[in-house]
Amino acid sequence: MDHGPNQRSVAARTVRVALVMAVAFVVFGASFGVLAVGAGASVAQACAMSLLVFTGASQMSAVSVIASGGSVASALGGATLLAARNAVYGLALAPEVRGGPLRRAIGAQWVIDETTALVTSEADPASRRTVFWTAAPILYAAWNLGTLLGALAGGAIDPHRFGLDAAFPVMFTAMLAPHLRTRAGRRAALFGGITTVALAPFIPVGLPILVAAFGMLFGLSADGGES
Amino acid sequence: MTWTLVLVLAAIAFGFKVMGAVVIGQRTMPMVLERCLLLIPAALLTGLITKDTFTNGQALTLDARALGLAVAVVATWRRLPFIVVIVLGVGSTALLRTLA
Repeated sequence: MDHGPNQRSVAARTVRVALVMAVAFVVFGASFGVLAVGAGASVAQACAMSLLVFTGASQMSAVSVIASGGSVASALGGATLLAARNAVYGLALAPEVRGGPLRRAIGAQWVIDETTALVTSEADPASRRTVFWTAAPILYAAWNLGTLLGALAGGAIDPHRFGLDAAFPVMFTAMLAPHLRTRAGRRAALFGGITTVALAPFIPVGLPILVAAFGMLFGLSADGGES
Repeated sequence: MTWTLVLVLAAIAFGFKVMGAVVIGQRTMPMVLERCLLLIPAALLTGLITKDTFTNGQALTLDARALGLAVAVVATWRRLPFIVVIVLGVGSTALLRTLA
């Protein structure tokens, strides 16, 4: 990593953005911790899940299946579908996840919705690397801190009441803007947004968002693609 | 809740991430595929936005989150800073719920 003065300001700006997101991560990590313990997990199991799985939607889905009396196999089914999109994100973040084996392993673990959204809203490669390696550890720490607090405290916070369930779509909206500058981007976005909602009632949770990824082909057909 | 679930899910989730970011992603790809990959975030972000706003599991919903999203769209369009977009979006959702 080369740290020109420019990259230092990118890092500073990223820290500010990531700290705002971290608030939502702590609260949702905590609600995951509460749900996990409520579903019969020990504090250690809840924390291990956030440390090792680190993909919120999968974790939530696994725990809610167990809480409603489902088997381990059925919990794994839904959680696996929800985890699959990280493979697609990984393709987009591959340039940021380069380095030695340890660095690649850690980088890969941090490939999730929010890091992908942050990184891909940057254009130049050096800034993308800076954003990834600055924001990801903050968000990882926040998610795990939240899980620990929630697992220890159990109950108490209701994210719904404070409108925090709107925090994720709202964040993604702010991060989507740079992708709508091109015609191809707008077409891909339109496809993704419509298919996800249109398919939701008909196919298992986790699949619609994977189908949305095919919006890239729809976008490409717009004009043979442009930058 | 068992350690089997925790560890198997950890292996699956990490497997997906490594498959995308390291195994497939770090090969040189044809130009057309590179252009496709650039469009993934646009498609997936909008998918996540509509999923997180208008669905609850498999059910379609229209609730206070929709107001938060509308406010966020306007705030983003007006080029307001990230934190302001978040506060306005989350705040309007909470406000509507309190009033309702």
